[in-house]
Amino acid sequence: MTCNEARSLIHGYVDGELDLRTSIELEQHLGECASCAREYEAVKALRSALRQDLTYFEASDSIKRQIRSSTRAAIRAEARSQSRRTITPYAWRWPAAIAAILLLGFGLRGMVSGPPSMSDALGREVVASHVRSLMANHLTDVLSSNQHTVKPWFDGKIDFAPVVLDLAAQGFPLIGGRLDYIDGHPAAALVYRYRLHIINLFTWPAERAADTKPSLATREGYNSVHWTEAGMDYWAVSDVAAHELETFAQLVREGGASLSSAQRG
Amino acid sequence: MSLFEEAILPHVNAAHNLARWLMRNDADADDAVQDACLRALRFFGGFRGGDGRVWLLAIVRNTCYSKLKRNRVNESQTVFDENLHWHDSDVSGPEAALLRNIDAAALQRAVEALPEEFREVIVMRELEGLSYKEIADVTEVPIGTVMSRLARARGRLQRALHTETSEKR
Repeated sequence: MTCNEARSLIHGYVDGELDLRTSIELEQHLGECASCAREYEAVKALRSALRQDLTYFEASDSIKRQIRSSTRAAIRAEARSQSRRTITPYAWRWPAAIAAILLLGFGLRGMVSGPPSMSDALGREVVASHVRSLMANHLTDVLSSNQHTVKPWFDGKIDFAPVVLDLAAQGFPLIGGRLDYIDGHPAAALVYRYRLHIINLFTWPAERAADTKPSLATREGYNSVHWTEAGMDYWAVSDVAAHELETFAQLVREGGASLSSAQRG
Repeated sequence: MSLFEEAILPHVNAAHNLARWLMRNDADADDAVQDACLRALRFFGGFRGGDGRVWLLAIVRNTCYSKLKRNRVNESQTVFDENLHWHDSDVSGPEAALLRNIDAAALQRAVEALPEEFREVIVMRELEGLSYKEIADVTEVPIGTVMSRLARARGRLQRALHTETSEKR
């Protein structure tokens, strides 16, 4: 190693950025070359002085408040302008139109298959969240088809462990997960795909412990299936046909049950 | 709290620190951070999780650079910058003297006097503790360039401090 090479590598070395082999070569050179060894000491001294004495300019409380209020105002303004525009962006217009047509067939069935949803407002909120996830191009926080990647991602972000299933074989591959906020509490949103459609499966700890059977509802061209099981509320929302969403819900229930019996066993 | 606030607001201090070092005064730094956060909100759809700090710092940096560029056009005349007259293409140049007692105020001045591309790597590395890879992501240059900029930045600081100390004597 020449001194010229060493002079530049010293910086990578003090920053802990060199690979092992280069580090060893540099150490060897520093052991043999007094001039480079002095340079190394000089860089180290400068670096610790910088870390110790250089001013860190934190944001003032007032600027933090301003940022919070201006971003919130922008979020509200955006929400207003989007609700004035058509609800679905280009890519989702087709599936939405198809879903709307299908609804003519399945919507009625949905209405007679069960009592009207006990929490209509909640259903609307879930559908709105589904639409937002597609619109804002913010579908996933963790993008992975591997349930063992997605599930641990939620650790520490929420105080419950959502059931994350691999349903690729059944035609519903996992895309990823997202943290959402519904009905005043954090919710896990698991994102699955069915053909070209996105399914958001929202889940959070239920307020009522009693299990409820899946009930189908349709809002704004989207189907949702809601059920409560083992103390968790589930909402599956998508523009897929109602019976397909019910199939999905059934798979999730079976998968969840077999997971929990496996854990007990 | 929205996802945006959760992902981005924890990094407002880091954003402000970088902006303050690039803009060199409080008012411009505050402006830049606020603009950058609104831009971040607009681009938030493109944020795919991961490190919110690196993502936000990249936006802050771009915001600062466009403001600085605008200011320079308005000033119409380039300010004489003594740093441009340093000859530092060769890192291994004359042996740097080991500075035993580095004066904090002199150090602050020396960093402030660095050209932006050197100032920002010092701030991100020493104050923010970013890795070369993270700095490369923020500044959109290869990792090797990050290392050579840091080497040159530190070389300049050593010389500036050395000059200052010997002038005092």
